[in-house]
Amino acid sequence: MPTENPLPAAPEPVSERLLTPAMVEEIRAFFPRYPNRLAVTLPALHVVNEHLRYVPLQAVVEVAELLELHPSQVQDTLSFYGLFKQDAPGGEVRAWVCRSISCALRGGEELLDHLCEKAQIHPGETTADGKLTLEYAECLGACEYAPCMLANQTLHKSVSKEQADAFLKSL
Amino acid sequence: MPPFEPVLLANVGQEGSHTLRFYEQTGGYQSLRRVLKEQSPVQFTDIVKNSNLRGRGGAGFPTGLKWTFLPKDHPGPIYFCLNADESEPGTFNNRILMEDDPHQVIEGLILSCYATRATTAYIYLRFEYPLAYQRLQLAINECYEAGHLGKNIHGSEFSLDIYLHRGAAAYICGEETGLIESLEGKRAWPRIKPPFPAVEGLFRKPTVVNNVETAACVKQIADRGVEWFKSIGVPADPNNPRDAGSYGPKLYCLSGHIERPGCYEAPLGITVNQLIDEYGGGMWKGRKPKAAIPGGISMGLLKADEFHCPLDFNGPGKFGCLGLGTAAVVVMDETVSMIDTLHNSCRFFAHESCGQCTPCREGTNWALKMMNRIKAGKGRLKDLDLLLEIGDNIGIMPGTTICGLADGAAWPIKNAIRKWRGEFEEFIKRTNPQGYQEESAVPALELIGIH
Ligand SMILES: Cc1cc2nc3c(=O)[nH]c(=O)nc-3n(C[C@H](O)[C@H](O)[C@H](O)COP(=O)(O)O)c2cc1C
Ligand code: SF4
Ligand code: FES
Repeated sequence: MPTENPLPAAPEPVSERLLTPAMVEEIRAFFPRYPNRLAVTLPALHVVNEHLRYVPLQAVVEVAELLELHPSQVQDTLSFYGLFKQDAPGGEVRAWVCRSISCALRGGEELLDHLCEKAQIHPGETTADGKLTLEYAECLGACEYAPCMLANQTLHKSVSKEQADAFLKSL
Repeated sequence: MPPFEPVLLANVGQEGSHTLRFYEQTGGYQSLRRVLKEQSPVQFTDIVKNSNLRGRGGAGFPTGLKWTFLPKDHPGPIYFCLNADESEPGTFNNRILMEDDPHQVIEGLILSCYATRATTAYIYLRFEYPLAYQRLQLAINECYEAGHLGKNIHGSEFSLDIYLHRGAAAYICGEETGLIESLEGKRAWPRIKPPFPAVEGLFRKPTVVNNVETAACVKQIADRGVEWFKSIGVPADPNNPRDAGSYGPKLYCLSGHIERPGCYEAPLGITVNQLIDEYGGGMWKGRKPKAAIPGGISMGLLKADEFHCPLDFNGPGKFGCLGLGTAAVVVMDETVSMIDTLHNSCRFFAHESCGQCTPCREGTNWALKMMNRIKAGKGRLKDLDLLLEIGDNIGIMPGTTICGLADGAAWPIKNAIRKWRGEFEEFIKRTNPQGYQEESAVPALELIGIH
């Protein structure tokens, strides 16, 4: 990608860096997989998001520096995708409750309402103790287990109200 | 009908089926070794071409033919993208293959790369599949160790690297040029075609994009041959020279109001009724059916008296639906309101429109606003005509948009209102007795973002 940059220079990064040397190494490991650095944008954002549970602007600047891009390029890409929060870190558990058709037919929307009511948050919000973020999702590709929910790496299948309550208790 | 012996799903559900050891015990990677030794890329392409395999990702384009669109004698690199973005509501067959039989997918992918002379392949995997991610990564690592991947595979001249690339929760990344843009590190904005990816795709190089199940079929064709593949399914219509037929086994995803939701392998062309009764254990709680989505939400809707519809590439089109799509059948029983169904569909597409084309961005969002209003008891009969106007005018078929997402958004609108107009009218009249005949402009209820 262009190393020449017609856009104004990136803001000076603040002295304390968000990307640890380990994260930088993780991101660099992706470089040989692609013919240019721009293509490392999503992998890099995933690395940051896994460690920080969000990608604040400061991290965008640092990723851009590493990828030899302008921060606006990284921000442009980031802002397209639903995954990366920027204002505050997500909860320790980020749970996506499916609201698409197969789940809706088996009580998916009621499940999300139930969870939100019990956790006292709206979809997209994080509980005050920082333990849980609840979000709606479009089809999670697990429609045979409707209604379903993906909580971090774990798929919760055919979730009943009781199972939802047990899930909240387990946090 | 005799039960069909599963081939694509043969290993699925068995203990340890995702490991190389298991896969090789069932004859895995024998075809790869043989094809590398005995066949040229052109010869193997011809085999796939002669099988009439059609892409399983939704469009049903003949796979071998797509491969021949690559420029001849290109200096390279040629890229291969395996489309594992699977996000069409109702669809989960790719997930099952990747979780339970990743090596079948990878062997198919390696064979496909050999045929197309691709030396780098990316598997574009949707973010929401963490188990598939782990299992694929493990399988790829095992392949490098066993010499199925890397430099000079099994002593041949052919070298290949496969990389896993994770998406970030956007349906449009499944559209092949949206996928390419996303892989390049940009917004997943589909490209105007031509140029087609085969000519100018990923990193501006010739590129093939194929679905996960397509790759699995390639592996089975390598194992079992063209005659086997063509002995299954629905032959090409002799009166239509452009029909490529619907050959081979297909993974049908069955969900919704069904006793045993799941992924079932059957010959292309079984009917919705057969799928429900012979595979799905009948309707949930023995209720009466009302409607079904024939192949993912984009394909539109079948009425219960249309369930004799054969699920081959030509079937759903004969019943006013868009096509076979992903063969994901979502069944709805008589308790379901078509207003809720259409609202759910409109909400999905308004959320997932990438926003590039005005007819799609505005059309999907206005359709949702109208459905919100109807659901809230403020609908007017005129809204139905306005919705149909949107449905008839957005998409690559009417020629107003860049990609097919808009056609997929349009079809449920057209089918729901044309097939259940009485129900919509009755609902609007009942819930808005004072205002259902009103025709003046309405202020929007709420602003809805693009994503
Ligand atoms: C909006 C939209 C979403 C799509 N999503 C997917 C998808 O998730 N997976 C997929 O394989 N194909 C998807 N497709 C179809 C691809 O564009 C492409 O046709 C397909 O990946 C080609 O592979 P095949 O020939 O093996 O079917 C989508 C198409 C559109 C218009
Ligand atoms: S049709 Fe819709 S999703 Fe496709 S490119 Fe246009 S705006 Fe984006
Ligand atoms: S509709 Fe919920 S997982 Fe597919």
